[in-house]
Amino acid sequence: MPAHPPASSPAADRSAEVDAVVQRAIATHAAEPGGLLPLLHAIQDALGWLPPDALPKVASALNLSRAEVHGVISFYHDFRTSPPGRRVVKICRAESCQAMGSDALVKHACSTLGMELGTTRPDGAFTLEPVYCLGNCALSPSIMVDGALHGWVTRQRFDALMDEVPEVE
Amino acid sequence: MTTVVYVPRDAAARSLGADGVARAIAAEAARLGIDVRVVRNGSRGMLWMEPLVEVETEAGRVAYGPVARADVASLFAAGFLNGGEHPLRQGLTAQLPWLAGQDRLVFSRVGVIDPLSLADWRAHGGGAGLVAALGMSPAAIVDAVTQSGLRGRGGAGFPTGIKWKTVLDTPAAQKYIVCNADEGDSGTYSDRMLMEGDPYTLLEGMVIAGLAVGATKGYIYLRSEYPDCERVLLAALENARAGGLLGASVYGSGSAFDIVLRRGAGAYVCGEETALLESLEGKRGEVRFRPPVPAQVGLFGMPTALNNVVTLGSIPAILAEGPAAYQARGVGRSRGTLPFQLAGNIRHGGLVEVPFGVSLKTLIYEYGGGTASGRPLRAVQVGGPLGAFLPADALDIPLDYEAFVDRGAIVGHGGVVVFDDTVDMAKMARYAMEFCAVESCGKCTPCRIGSTRGVEVIDRILQGERRPQQVALLRDLCDTMTSASLCALGGMTAWPVLSALEHFPEDFGLGRPDHRTARSEGGT
Repeated sequence: MPAHPPASSPAADRSAEVDAVVQRAIATHAAEPGGLLPLLHAIQDALGWLPPDALPKVASALNLSRAEVHGVISFYHDFRTSPPGRRVVKICRAESCQAMGSDALVKHACSTLGMELGTTRPDGAFTLEPVYCLGNCALSPSIMVDGALHGWVTRQRFDALMDEVPEVE
Repeated sequence: MTTVVYVPRDAAARSLGADGVARAIAAEAARLGIDVRVVRNGSRGMLWMEPLVEVETEAGRVAYGPVARADVASLFAAGFLNGGEHPLRQGLTAQLPWLAGQDRLVFSRVGVIDPLSLADWRAHGGGAGLVAALGMSPAAIVDAVTQSGLRGRGGAGFPTGIKWKTVLDTPAAQKYIVCNADEGDSGTYSDRMLMEGDPYTLLEGMVIAGLAVGATKGYIYLRSEYPDCERVLLAALENARAGGLLGASVYGSGSAFDIVLRRGAGAYVCGEETALLESLEGKRGEVRFRPPVPAQVGLFGMPTALNNVVTLGSIPAILAEGPAAYQARGVGRSRGTLPFQLAGNIRHGGLVEVPFGVSLKTLIYEYGGGTASGRPLRAVQVGGPLGAFLPADALDIPLDYEAFVDRGAIVGHGGVVVFDDTVDMAKMARYAMEFCAVESCGKCTPCRIGSTRGVEVIDRILQGERRPQQVALLRDLCDTMTSASLCALGGMTAWPVLSALEHFPEDFGLGRPDHRTARSEGGT
C-alpha cells in the first residue's frame, strides 16, 4: 500500500478548479445588481471559457433559470462555450480596416494558419476570430493577439507576430 | 536635474511599440547614468506619428516621432534630452501644425498630463468644473448645460440639457448616471483616447451630472475590445476615491457619488441606449420599446441620464468656462467642438478637435493629407457603419448635424473613414447588411430578417439575376427596415446601402444615369 493518497485524476482536478473559480465568481458578483455579466466575465477571465458544468451553479446562485443564463451567454459574441486555442487572434473586419486591406489579411491568416475564420484549430494552437472595431482606426488594419493590440499589420508583421511564441507540438 | 520624457501609453501608441520604446529609453538613460523620468501620457492624437516621444526642455516640449526602439540610442547621442537635432525631431509640440490649428476643449489635457496623476490633472485645470458646479443648484447646472447647446456626442445629437432636465424633474428614490463607453462605430476612437488620456475628466463630468439630476451612483459601460482602457479606468476610479473626487462626500461637499465600471461582451447593439441598460441589468442586450425613455424609466426602472463619453467629458469645460464660451463655438444648431477622428485609407490618421462647421475636405486633405495609398479618394463614410457613403465630389459639406441630415448623411460620433478608388462599393453595401445581420439583437423582425434578406438580394444583383427587379426589391426592403425597426441598427442600415447604390451604381453592375438630370426632369 502506498503511504501517500492516490493522485487525483486530471478530470477531477479540472472539475475542482472549475468549481473553485465559479464559487469565487459567485461570492464576488452574485449580490451585485445585474451581476450576471461580471460574473460570467470573471469565470471566463480565469478559465478562458465557460464550461457547461458552471451554468447550473450560476443559475441557482442568481435565482435564474438555466435557459436565462444560456440566453445571455449565447447573445454575446465574447462568451465561449468551448475552450479557445492557446493563442487567440482577432482580426478587425470593420470598414476602416477594410479600407486598408483587412479582407486580404484575413485570407492570408486563414491560409498561413491553415484554418477558417471563426474557428479553433483542431490542434488547439490558435483561435482565429473576426472582431468589429478595435478602436485603432487611424492605424488600420488592426489585430489583437492574446489581448494585445497591433496596428498597421502587414502580412509580414502578421507572420512575425504568429512566430513570436513557437507553436507547442 | 531630472529630465522628463513622455512616451504615450495610449493603446494606439502601444500598438506600434510604445512600450518597447519607453523601456529602451529608461534602459539607455540608466546605462549612461542620466536622470530621466519617463511619463506614460495619453496620445496627442497624431496617431500616424506614434510612438511620439516628447522631451521637457526649457523652451517647451520637443517632439520626436515616430520613434522605434532602434532609434533610442541615436536620440540620446543627438542630445534629444536637450531638444537636440535628429532626423525624427518634429519641433516644439505646441507649434506642430496639426495641433496649432485645433481648438482643444475636451481634449485639452490629453497627451499633456500623466493620465493617472490627480495632481497633474488639477495643475492643468482639472476639477474646476466640479468646483463651479458644487456652488450651483441642480437646476442651475442643468440650465448651464442647456444654454451651452451641447448635444449628445454618441451620434443621436439629442440636447443634453433637455435629457438632464427630464431626469431632474422625475422624482425617484434612486437615479443613475450611465456613461455609454461602448464605442463600436468603425472609424471612431475619441472615447477611448479620452478615457486613456484624461480619465478624471470623464469621472468629473459624471459627478457633475449626478449633482445636476440628483443621482448618487454611476456606471461606465465599457466595450470589451478596450482592455487597455479598462486598466486605466480601474486605476483612475481607485485614485479618484482616495482623492475625494468620488465617495460619500465629493470634495467634502456632503454629496455622494460613486461609479462602477462594467465590461460589455462584444455586442455592437449594446451601444444603443436601451440595449445597454438591459446588458447592465445582466440580460441579453435586446432593445426596449420607447416610450418610456431612459430619462424616466431607465436602469433598474429608475430615471437615468445616459450619455456618451465625449458628452460627459465636455461638461467640465462648460461649467468651468461658462456655457457662453462653449456656445460661441460652432455653427447653426451644432454648438461647441467635436473631436473628429480620421481613419481608414488616410495618410495622417488621428484626432482633430475643432468647432463644428469645418468641411470634410479640410479634415481629410489639410489634416489627413489625403489617402494613405496615394490613390484618388473615392468614398468617405462618416458616422460609423450606419452612416452614408459620400462621393469624392461631396466633400465641401460642413460638419454640422443639420447639413449632414440634409444630404442624407450623419455626423454621428465624428468618425471619418476614407476609401480610395480600389473600394468595391457593392461589397461595402453587402457588408452593411451582413454587419446588421451579425449584430442584430433579434427583437424586431425588420432588422433580424431584413438584414439577411438584404445580403441575399445584393448577392442576386451582383450575379445579374433580374437586376432591375432586385434593385426595386432592395429599395423596398430598405424602406421597411427604416420605417419599422425598433432602433437605429435596423433603422439606419439602409443609409450606407442606398447611398452606395445611389452614388456608385456601376459597382452594382448598373449603368450610371446622370441622376441629377433625371431628377430635375422628373421633378415637380
